[in-house]
Amino acid sequence: MSFLPFAVAAWLFAVGLYGIVTSRHLIHLVVCLSVVQSSTYVLLLAIGYRTGASAPIFVEIPPGAPAVDPVVQALTLTDVVVAATVSALLLAMAVQVHKKAGTFDPDELDTLQG
Amino acid sequence: MSLRGRRNLFALGVLGFSVLFLWGLNGLPAFGHYEGVYGITLNRVAVTQRHATNLVAAVTFDYRGFDTLGEEFILFAAVVGVAILLRAQRDEAATPDEEDEETKDESRDAPHTSDAVRVLGLALIGPTVLFGLYIVAHGHLTPGGGFQGGVVLATAALLVYLTGEYVALRRVSPESVTELAESVGAGGYAAIGFIGLLTGQAFLTNVLPLGMTGQLNSSGTILLINLAVGVGVAGGFSLILAEFLEQTLLVREREHG
Repeated sequence: MSFLPFAVAAWLFAVGLYGIVTSRHLIHLVVCLSVVQSSTYVLLLAIGYRTGASAPIFVEIPPGAPAVDPVVQALTLTDVVVAATVSALLLAMAVQVHKKAGTFDPDELDTLQG
Repeated sequence: MSLRGRRNLFALGVLGFSVLFLWGLNGLPAFGHYEGVYGITLNRVAVTQRHATNLVAAVTFDYRGFDTLGEEFILFAAVVGVAILLRAQRDEAATPDEEDEETKDESRDAPHTSDAVRVLGLALIGPTVLFGLYIVAHGHLTPGGGFQGGVVLATAALLVYLTGEYVALRRVSPESVTELAESVGAGGYAAIGFIGLLTGQAFLTNVLPLGMTGQLNSSGTILLINLAVGVGVAGGFSLILAEFLEQTLLVREREHG
């Protein structure tokens, strides 16, 4: 089952993207985007994982002891923060769209309005 | 494009993606057998080099510090974007006779919350603030850091809103303060980077005394950047929360009166 984490990442990506493509509600669309983003966390953490290794916190273990890769964990941390703020920005846009157009349905937003 | 057309396009895209993904997986080491030189080397040398025991923080704020600086500015830009987007509307809504904010405050109360929520929330505010500060300050030693602790601190602002009302939130974290915290956090990060330049080395070089490994006062600039990021993230997320709560009140007001 060593491919399972990678399969989970691919599944999250695909299912989130399917949600975005078929979305009928802007809030739903933002949530789907965060599902897509979470696939990158799973992928990054899965790449850096080492069987039997501990977390890269060297408080009770000596330096050089087997630990999982701290670099991908740092990248994931960055990713999570950016995802949270991007979601906030998109939700703010959705609020504005609803005020201007009176709808959350992306299909009804097919004309540009100045 | 019709829903059907989009579905077909999606199927085509997923097909292409799975081919590329499988091809990419082919070149990866099997799960659990990571062989990246960078990570393994860091695990060996980082504690001696930087005197920080949480290597994730060491990578985020030191080895890849420049990258995180960019990320801090992404956060800053997104927060400013949220504020600009939501504030434009707020000004439109404000009619001249609403200038007397104090008398309007009665109608701006949050919907009635149950006593259980109030008591529990009130009891949690203090521990949440303390926990947030602890997470920020110990980022270089144990799991945590500025980003995580900052979000915990912003949760405290949300608890104030839950237990009291919006007015109380405005009093506890007024916009001028959260905006200042957000800017000081982002600017402080860059300023700490300049310490390296002042000593004639590269931007964001860890030039401060490293201290004893495992002590709170150790790891040089990693601790300082953690604190700056903690202030910035707490301010930024409080600002986002306040803007969204302000919006709900605006919308509610428009619907009821």
